[in-house]
Amino acid sequence: MTVDETIRQVLTDHGRLAVAVDSISEDTDLFGAGMTSHASVNVMLALEDAFDFEFSEKMLKKSTFESIAAIRSGVLEMTGG
Amino acid sequence: MSPGAPETLRVGMDLVSVEEVAASVDRFGDRYVTRLFTPHEIETCRTAEGPARGRGAYAVESLAARFAAKEAVVKVLRPVEMQPDWRSIEIHRMTGGWCEIRLSGQAAELAAEAGIGELAVSLSHESTVAGAVVVGRCTPRERGV
Repeated sequence: MTVDETIRQVLTDHGRLAVAVDSISEDTDLFGAGMTSHASVNVMLALEDAFDFEFSEKMLKKSTFESIAAIRSGVLEMTGG
Repeated sequence: MSPGAPETLRVGMDLVSVEEVAASVDRFGDRYVTRLFTPHEIETCRTAEGPARGRGAYAVESLAARFAAKEAVVKVLRPVEMQPDWRSIEIHRMTGGWCEIRLSGQAAELAAEAGIGELAVSLSHESTVAGAVVVGRCTPRERGV
């Protein structure tokens, strides 16, 4: 799977969005789409499992998880991609 | 804000599904618990004779109530960008059974910036849902509230 496909799979499994993940763009506000703070924690942990890294303290902010594009940026920063 | 400006109150509340917390404990185990909760909170919520892992190891209703309280505190702090580490907000269970909020690190910095000198919390849960209400008392300072 590509990075984006993996992110979308994690969001499907853990994001608890009010809409289908396939229907949102990479810039859709995930919190606006129904992702709760608690769900974002699960998304964070599932991303760490999927990509085998741990988010640094400075990346543990709401904006890191606000959209697929933001998540991709964070993942690539952490994995050196 | 002038020194004579009145004190104000901020209120935050949050609800959390107990099953969602239990599922997270099952799925991510101690990694989930230790990323969100302080050693005191973990000790307070650990079951006396439960299994070492999974939802049975914790009173998941209590974990859910504490997460709700942390989120309620965040609503009171109103961070613009910086999301404080969940562990910088501790729900401290007192000997008498009630809880107090103890802030450290980023959460304490946000409270200081907002002039929040006092926080009070009430937790509640039933089998499916947990909730918390937090009230913060703001004393106007140079940077205002």
